[in-house]
Amino acid sequence: MATERDIGLFIPCYVDQLAPEVGWATVRILEHLGHRVHYDPEQTCCGQPFLNTGAAGDAARLARGHLARFARFDAIVCPSGSCVATVRHRFGELGFGEQGDEARQRANTFELGEYLVDRLGTPDLGARFPHRVALLQSCHGLRDLGLGPRSETGPDAEPVRNVVEQLLGTVSGLELVPSSRADECCGFGGSFAVKFPEVSTRMGRARLEDFSAAEYVTGTDVSCLLHLAGVRAHTGTGPIPIHLAEILASGLGEAKAS
Amino acid sequence: MTARLDQRAREVLADEDAVRRHDASVFDLRQRRDAAVAEVPDWEALRERASGIKRHLLDHLDRYLERFETQARAAGVRVHWATDAASANRIVSELLAARQVRQVIKSKSMLTEECGLNPVLEARGIEVVDTDLGERIVQLAGEPPSHIIVPAIHRSRFEIGALFHRTMGTPEGESDPERLTRLARADLRRKFTEADAAITGVNFAVAETGSIVVVTNEGNADLGMSLPNLHIACMGLEKLIPAMSDLPVFLRLLARSATGQPISVYTSVVTGPRPGAELHVVIVDNGRSELLASDGHRGALGCIRCGACLNTCPVYRKAGGYAYDQPIPGPIGAVLAPSLRAKEGGAELAQASSLCGSCSAVCPMRIDLHGQLLAWRRENRTAGALERVVTFVAATAMTRPALFGAAGRTAANFWSLLGRRFAGNPAASWLHGRELPEHPGESFRAQWLRRRETPK
Repeated sequence: MATERDIGLFIPCYVDQLAPEVGWATVRILEHLGHRVHYDPEQTCCGQPFLNTGAAGDAARLARGHLARFARFDAIVCPSGSCVATVRHRFGELGFGEQGDEARQRANTFELGEYLVDRLGTPDLGARFPHRVALLQSCHGLRDLGLGPRSETGPDAEPVRNVVEQLLGTVSGLELVPSSRADECCGFGGSFAVKFPEVSTRMGRARLEDFSAAEYVTGTDVSCLLHLAGVRAHTGTGPIPIHLAEILASGLGEAKAS
Repeated sequence: MTARLDQRAREVLADEDAVRRHDASVFDLRQRRDAAVAEVPDWEALRERASGIKRHLLDHLDRYLERFETQARAAGVRVHWATDAASANRIVSELLAARQVRQVIKSKSMLTEECGLNPVLEARGIEVVDTDLGERIVQLAGEPPSHIIVPAIHRSRFEIGALFHRTMGTPEGESDPERLTRLARADLRRKFTEADAAITGVNFAVAETGSIVVVTNEGNADLGMSLPNLHIACMGLEKLIPAMSDLPVFLRLLARSATGQPISVYTSVVTGPRPGAELHVVIVDNGRSELLASDGHRGALGCIRCGACLNTCPVYRKAGGYAYDQPIPGPIGAVLAPSLRAKEGGAELAQASSLCGSCSAVCPMRIDLHGQLLAWRRENRTAGALERVVTFVAATAMTRPALFGAAGRTAANFWSLLGRRFAGNPAASWLHGRELPEHPGESFRAQWLRRRETPK
């Protein structure tokens, strides 16, 4: 029987393939905090790319598979805001997961940062990262999961915590560099990035310029950061993208091999 | 295959200065809007109230349309119904022809842009003068508007100075915005006094009183309505609001969302014609009743055409209005295009969004714009046969972990090749202005199995 200490580790497909170090940083953080991390190597994708391109049938197959694979956990943690937003907010579009255990499971699927802040009270992980760092507020984390305040809201909106800023506040030596457009999209957008490469990369360049006073740019989503890394490699300028989990895990040892 | 919007945007984006200027000018409107919103303590409640009123109105639209018609007729208005763009254009041109109208002054109306009214009237030998300054600029340039509130936002003052010099004979090299405005104003004054008829849009139509409400900053619609003895107002059938007491709710939202002004400079409420004059209201459907019938898309009819979603949209700001190639660009344009069917290619626009969601968050009417784009992607898949097969195969591979792993290893083996630019590279679109990220060599799954699981 899984307990609260048992975490189902949800590693999105592109993190699995292109950023395994972000997966390991997540494992190190959660294990350091005393959790047992369970990773099911049979997991693949939550269905988001298919949902976003209008392929509802294909998305439904993957979404059902995802729900079944993580059904036994009370807490599912993932180092990606947009995948969590898909599981938590969008399976309803496919006509299932709205009730009972499935609905509870979706509500208990967390982006890593929000799990640390909301469930574990912003623990100090002893991280040290003596650099100027800019913050990329990934859109789905910000506007779907509410990980931080949105620039669009009026004065009477519910105040929200700023998950990433709070966590970066625990990192010694880190200097947060403000940007002129606090929550502008980086231009990734999944299939948008390849169907509209001209606009997508122009948006990416604008973000990198806005962050130019920083050495690093961090956020909750590997996808946005890989896009920015690709644009940066092409133009040769701008801060280095690094995932939040890697900064937070910077004071922790290597993950144990059991 | 990259999308047509992206190909059109390529031209715009080649002019770095123009892109920066456009992005900055449009984002400036967004920031003005933010500053104005910060001054309204009940902003979110106001959005909720306005969208509630509009939801109620749309649920009972038949009743409110009849009520509006009855009340407007009682006030002396002639009400006309148009099912589509062609019938709207026919009604207007017949009204003008029957009265031998040669010159029309027109104030900004996105509906008549949608219907393509100007070319129809011009083909009948009627001179149409757009009187909103931005609209006049694009008219003189022979272009459509690139933004629904600021139609010439894509032009610099130097370009406008040169255009005025060429078309109105203003002094060469004049580029001072205030002096250019005065010159255009003097030219337009003459047109105002000569015109036989005025055509305006409608911002709101009040069912309770049969009134139309027209909002401008330049007073051009108001002057137009006051000079000639024939006024034709064109409106989409969603422009109704139930009662006059609802009007302030919308007015508080409209100008703030559009330009950050607490209220527009001119707000005219017209109930019936002036003595001795004629007032005609043309109520246009043109795809709107289809939206009304669709639970998923009805919300889009709540749009009050403030332009806030354009101003916040990073795709619109970078690509510019013309990249959309539709009468209404930006998120709301992409949402409306498949039903309004003004031009081909509207369905593809549902893809032209990174789904950042800022449009929905900024919309004063709380329209779930990016949700609607997703709904169109589902309902109107533009994918060709090949893309559908590839998608199906990819999804199937994703449901089989072993296949997913094998595909990943194959990609890893060819990664450095994929990162090179050559004809037929499947990663070509990624490599446009971007490099492939470095490949880690081994997936998380493979590393986990190696480090954590005892071999069976």
